[in-house]
Amino acid sequence: MKIRFLAPLLTFSAIAIVMAYALFFLNPSEIPTELVNKPAPEFKLDPVPGHEPGLETANLKAGKITLLNVFASWCVACLAEHPTLMALKKKGAVEIYGLNYKDRPKAAAEWLARNGDPYTRTGMDLKGRVGIDFGVYGVPETFIMSADGKILDKIIGPITEKDLNTRILPLLKGPTS
Amino acid sequence: MTAEIGQFSLILALIAAILQGTLPLIGAARQNVPMMKFGDNASLVQFLTVSLALVALMMAYVESDFSILNVASNSHSLKPMLYKISGVWGNHEGSLLLWVWILALFGYAVAAFGRKLPYSLKARVLSIQGLIGVGFLLFVIFTSNPFERIDPAPFDGRGLNPLLQDPGLAFHPPFLYLGYVGLSVTFSFAIAALIEGKVDPAWARWVRPWTLAAWSFLTLGIALGSWWAYYELGWGGWWFWDPVENASFMPWLAATALLHSAIVVEKRDALKNWTILLAIIAFSLSLLGTFLVRSGVLNSVHAFASDPDRGVFVLAFLIVVIGGSLTLYSFRAPTMKGGGLFAPISREGALVLNNLFLSSAAATILLGTLYPIFLDAFSGTKVSVGEPYFNATFLPLALPLVFALALGPFLSWKRADLKGVLSRVKFSLAFVAVVLGTSWWLTDDGPFLAYVGMALFAWLVASTFIEWAGRIKLFQTSFKGSWKRLVNLPRSAHGMTLAHLGVAMIVLGITASDAWQSEQLEVMRPGESSVVGGYEFRFDGARELKGPNYDYLQGKFTIFKDGDEFITLFPEQRVYASPPMETTEAAIWPMISADLYVVIGEEDGKGGYATRIYHKPFISWIWAGAIVMFIGGGFSLSDRRFRIGAARKKSVKSQTPEAVTGV
Amino acid sequence: MTRKRRRLYIVLSGMAVLALSASLILMSFEDSLVFFRSPSDLADKPIPVGRNFRLGGLVEEGSVVKDGVEIRFRVTDLAQSIAVTYRGLVPDLFREGQGVVTEGQLNEEGTFVASSVLAKHDENYMPPEVAESLKDAGHWQPEDKK
Repeated sequence: MKIRFLAPLLTFSAIAIVMAYALFFLNPSEIPTELVNKPAPEFKLDPVPGHEPGLETANLKAGKITLLNVFASWCVACLAEHPTLMALKKKGAVEIYGLNYKDRPKAAAEWLARNGDPYTRTGMDLKGRVGIDFGVYGVPETFIMSADGKILDKIIGPITEKDLNTRILPLLKGPTS
Repeated sequence: MTAEIGQFSLILALIAAILQGTLPLIGAARQNVPMMKFGDNASLVQFLTVSLALVALMMAYVESDFSILNVASNSHSLKPMLYKISGVWGNHEGSLLLWVWILALFGYAVAAFGRKLPYSLKARVLSIQGLIGVGFLLFVIFTSNPFERIDPAPFDGRGLNPLLQDPGLAFHPPFLYLGYVGLSVTFSFAIAALIEGKVDPAWARWVRPWTLAAWSFLTLGIALGSWWAYYELGWGGWWFWDPVENASFMPWLAATALLHSAIVVEKRDALKNWTILLAIIAFSLSLLGTFLVRSGVLNSVHAFASDPDRGVFVLAFLIVVIGGSLTLYSFRAPTMKGGGLFAPISREGALVLNNLFLSSAAATILLGTLYPIFLDAFSGTKVSVGEPYFNATFLPLALPLVFALALGPFLSWKRADLKGVLSRVKFSLAFVAVVLGTSWWLTDDGPFLAYVGMALFAWLVASTFIEWAGRIKLFQTSFKGSWKRLVNLPRSAHGMTLAHLGVAMIVLGITASDAWQSEQLEVMRPGESSVVGGYEFRFDGARELKGPNYDYLQGKFTIFKDGDEFITLFPEQRVYASPPMETTEAAIWPMISADLYVVIGEEDGKGGYATRIYHKPFISWIWAGAIVMFIGGGFSLSDRRFRIGAARKKSVKSQTPEAVTGV
Repeated sequence: MTRKRRRLYIVLSGMAVLALSASLILMSFEDSLVFFRSPSDLADKPIPVGRNFRLGGLVEEGSVVKDGVEIRFRVTDLAQSIAVTYRGLVPDLFREGQGVVTEGQLNEEGTFVASSVLAKHDENYMPPEVAESLKDAGHWQPEDKK
């Protein structure tokens, strides 16, 4: 008799446990494990006009850790993270390469002129083909590349203070493997 | 400055909600009247402060204040004013703010309209409303702040997804939320009743108007959404069993069941536990719907985890609200004794059957909606549970429900005379025969199910009419006498009749448009014609034009009926600049008997254009039916029984069998 | 009618409806689940001819051929690709190099006959299933690339 009144609670508990399990233990990592420590795909792109030089795979094997930032002029979130990138550049902490994703050259150039250019090199991925090779979901995304051009980590969305402190800066200080 | 005002108002609202959620509850436990009454003022303060926040966000959108991240991400200076405003709730943060605002609105409405409620019940209801408000305000302030600044401010906004720049969708979320959130009131009443340990007919009478209001808005909200899909997506479909649609349909089914079971509580003092449970389930499904849709889990589990803060919060909130209320239920429900059992052939028996079917339908949809999410989370296998599943499970449950729906209102309470009822619906059978014969004569190539649908339509329309005519003794007494009865009949009786007629209209619309639609897909060159559904469509050509914030290709079709020029239609294909996107604007000519629906596609490089033409019989009846249901809900809501002050006096008088009514 | 009898009726009717819905679910579940496959998945786990499923990937560059209202293209995950035919107006976002999800079935020749083409995502996002399947396809190793 009593079980009748417990049934709804038990049903919901089952659903909740499954949800909690999915949330905490299946935490789908943002970067599929097979990507880690894989070399960057081959590409060679022209620079955003006025923001030379261009970008190609060889540049990512810089002998030190670099960031590859995927951005676009039509992306508001990119603007949100822009000051972070500018600050990084100002400190000279790390070299940042800009992958301009599905943009128009003129719009991208104007955007960089207005907001500042944190990038050492830029490449225009007009059709988003290189983005596909990198598995870019959307913009902005930032790849952390090792000294020999392998992908160490990927940050989806704007770089937050937390990302900077826990995912980027430790790598810069630590041994570059 | 607006952003800071909004931000500050939200924090004030949170404080008001915390006080509203605690003091009256404590007051009710201690029988402290001032503390109980405090709920009224707190709900007003909460409503005003959240209103201020919403207005602040609207101002930011109207003024295109791109220093606010939310505005920059979702608006654009070139956007028409209507969509600047609807852009407020076209995104996660803004839509949650709208949710909270409606919640505060309902809370205040309970305080304002519930003058006749016992102090303790009202205090508890308001406290529960307040606690729900606390949860949502915390969620908004800490994980989804619409007033977050962006520095430097962008030169222009990113724009609202063009698919959403549409009048149908501009009003869809507000109505849907009025429905979702309206169920929070029913939920609060249920929890308050569990705390008090008392559910009686008076309780049911207080709850029913809120359920009715929520149900009516939900009906309209869902209809608007499906209407939007119909004309905006350009595929001619209107319901896709998309998880987002299911998320709104499940609470609707639960609310419909609740609406009917509350009648049994009101009239027979029975089904109490079940009604309380339904009230909890209906609101839980609303919450699930809100969060599943807004968190993006429905599109990909990964969206949930990509913002873990939100995910954890949502889960914790669901566990507290749903788990907490079900725990309370499992303790308190056994102490509430129902009014005994009833005969299977009786009004209450029919209502139980209605509830069984509706809740089973909701359960199968819930399973079909959650299954892909769970499967993806656990095995990484991606599946979608689409139309075949829902057609196979929902239809077999819906068809008997519609069949029984026609008979239910004839049955009297306690014990009904089935033979008498059957003799009254003889005429319905005759009408079914006429409708079937006519549809057979017009077209004999429909699928079997189409004739089942037509028969059900005829059965429901005729029976509903006979029942209504019986109440006013149409043709049995003088016309004047009938008119007098018509005027004196409780509004809720008219409401029920209208709502059931609405269902019949929807059955007709779905059946006819699905079974007898004509469709033609072909490349047409200017000057060419083709005949679809008995109409001749002549393609006159297409040209490129400029709209306010988009460029478009406009085609021109002249339509002839029996050789005479009938109407000219201009379908469009639009290209928006910000964000870069194309949309298809179908040109639709709705008529009572059918819709003409024309879509233009790309040029084929040889001077021809891909075109798609539909003739969809009776499809507009689907939305007309939903509107009739909405009006029916409004009629019931205006019933004297539910009006303030009349509540208690009326209950004694209305117990004559003739006047006792359903929805 | 006795109390017991009445209770029996109610319990029985409740059980009947529950049994009905449970059997409906079980009967339809197996047939109506629509699996998602990328071209590479399909090579690993083939789906029989005539079974409905969703195929997702990118529209291969240079593969789109329009013939009146019929459109032919190849869906690729950059490792494998499959020919698709579709009769109808392709959705607004359909473009070479763009992500796409199609629903339909394979025919005897191994061509995917799509009954619908979905592209409900917006420009800056590709359908999450597609993005994931692209990653899974393992085109990350440069040597895999054609």
